[in-house]
Amino acid sequence: MSKHIKHPKILAVSSGGGHWIQMLRLRPAFKECKVHYVSVNPKCAADVPEAKFHSVTDGNRDTKLSLIKMAVKILFLTFWVRPDVVISTGAAPGYFACRFAKLVGARSLFIDSVANAEEMSLSAKLSASHASKVFSQWPDVAKKFGVEWHGSVL
Amino acid sequence: MIFTTVGTQLPFHRLIDVIDIWSLEQDVRGCFAQIGNDGNPPQNMKFSNTLDPAQFANQIAKCKVVVSHAGIGTILTALQYGKPIIVMPRLARYGEHRNDHQLATVANLEGRAGIHVAHNEHDLKALLNKAHDLGTNTNVTSAAEPELIQAIDSFIGARQTGIIYA
Repeated sequence: MSKHIKHPKILAVSSGGGHWIQMLRLRPAFKECKVHYVSVNPKCAADVPEAKFHSVTDGNRDTKLSLIKMAVKILFLTFWVRPDVVISTGAAPGYFACRFAKLVGARSLFIDSVANAEEMSLSAKLSASHASKVFSQWPDVAKKFGVEWHGSVL
Repeated sequence: MIFTTVGTQLPFHRLIDVIDIWSLEQDVRGCFAQIGNDGNPPQNMKFSNTLDPAQFANQIAKCKVVVSHAGIGTILTALQYGKPIIVMPRLARYGEHRNDHQLATVANLEGRAGIHVAHNEHDLKALLNKAHDLGTNTNVTSAAEPELIQAIDSFIGARQTGIIYA
């Protein structure tokens, strides 16, 4: 009987700017995993040379067509990568990824941005009914919205 | 010497205008600003509309002080490089953001080492005048708090379910 370690496959999905910087700060948690990163700026690939990187169209609630393009690409990536686990640091791309995770039997974790110190973001609220777990990075916000708190990226 | 940045999405005229006028009045050279795609060009310093991540990191690395909207990406990057950062929150009433979440951000980050909050243009000018003496935080690592890493690690379950006997 031989023993080997299975490396979980992770789809790590975030929007750009601060969402992406927060994702980078989670990397120590991924060290035994095969990670596929997804974000909106193709140049972010340079931040994760050790992993696969895919870019999606940027968009938010004010740019509906971009949101649809983003959702289609994330749906495609979900089926193509077939992750075991989806991790998101927001916003819209993370919501779609958590929503589609179930289609391939993946568990999903949505970590709301540390920017949301008093209210959960819209994307986190929407993700609450789809993601396996939602974390807030602020204890009071976690309590108020009935999600978990385990510290922050700061 | 001072790197000003407004992030990738929206312009922030109040912020740029203060630095632009201050750098002229004080005859401060070598400032650089990233002003956004719809930003008004400053008169007294070099600028660009956007920066890619490598250019952004380079500006942070070589500046003395970072001045920014209360965007988490810039705050985290400045702290990681051990640079003091002055943040002024965007306000919805001036059309600077869709809501006032940056007020909540600064309320909760104010007082942390290396983060200096300007609630308005007056505060910003006062902080710029003592830019050389602003405190830094040299203890910021490139990773999230250990508790958060541990919680994510448990969620992924690499330790618990990773061993398969074949």
